[in-house]
Amino acid sequence: MEAFTIIDGDKAAAIPARRDGDRVVLDPAGVKDALGWEIHDGLLCNDSMCIPLENEASVVRDGAIDLAGLAAAMDRALAVDLDERAAFLGGSARERSQALAAQQAPEFALPDLAGRTHTLGEHRGRKILLVAWASW
Amino acid sequence: MITVALDKSADDARPWIEKAQPAHPSLVDTRHVLADLYNVVNVPTIFWIDERGRIVRPNDVAFGTDTFKHITGLESARHLAALRAWVRGETPALSAEDVKRHQPLPTAADQQARAEFGLGQWLWAQGRTAAAERHFVRGGELAPHDFTIRRGTMPMRNIDPMGPQFREMLQAWVGGGQPYYRPLPDTAGTKTS
Repeated sequence: MEAFTIIDGDKAAAIPARRDGDRVVLDPAGVKDALGWEIHDGLLCNDSMCIPLENEASVVRDGAIDLAGLAAAMDRALAVDLDERAAFLGGSARERSQALAAQQAPEFALPDLAGRTHTLGEHRGRKILLVAWASW
Repeated sequence: MITVALDKSADDARPWIEKAQPAHPSLVDTRHVLADLYNVVNVPTIFWIDERGRIVRPNDVAFGTDTFKHITGLESARHLAALRAWVRGETPALSAEDVKRHQPLPTAADQQARAEFGLGQWLWAQGRTAAAERHFVRGGELAPHDFTIRRGTMPMRNIDPMGPQFREMLQAWVGGGQPYYRPLPDTAGTKTS
């Protein structure tokens, strides 16, 4: 089995995988090690959190895990590059929309120039002007 | 105040931050984490967040100075005055109803575009620039209004983000009747009824 790199946030993990036409199927043990997800009894579980699989056959193929099916089951966006053997799990439109519609500012942690991490939550109790800018 | 630079590296943002000598946290977001969480599609984008961590002014466009006023038509004084009045407690921010009305929510295509950006950014960081290009282009096609992708990736693609390719993109976009900046309407937050 060759390895396929799955990028999830700031983590990238190489998971044993094979190509099946345009599809990528991942080794279940590799998925559990790298991403924490495992499938049993029609459920996709990560620690104590489980998602019922509406269509298990779209996720489990010959005992391996179909990457696109897995992303769909998690309601995550997925970008794949077959040649580079890399894929990126993006944010869920539904989850992001629900969070913004709730009007609660999403928490984030980002570094300053010195590499020190700051969070939005550190400033709770004060009014904040949050500015996204760029040198471009 | 918290500023977040959506730049390809800390070094891209560094000269501006060092010159400003800010007392506030000045952060760098090479992976566009903020754009993903807050549905930011261009810069500058500003938010007002209250003491309880609630967004009370969503995705607005405001500049701190009038340097670009001749291009943008946006006057800095208007936002600064409104901001000061809110911070001092003289005027309320937007009502929950107005925030809801003005809050842009990401579509599946927007998030797919951000995933393409994320893959491209990772590939670029690995030195896989030709592969990265495919995903940056795809992201821009999926979300043509997202200039954090269409323009923000130009420095990773050796394209001048102020140069002819940007101007051509801008002309096509604006010529198609689409705004490059989408500030909230002036009336946002001023209750008229």
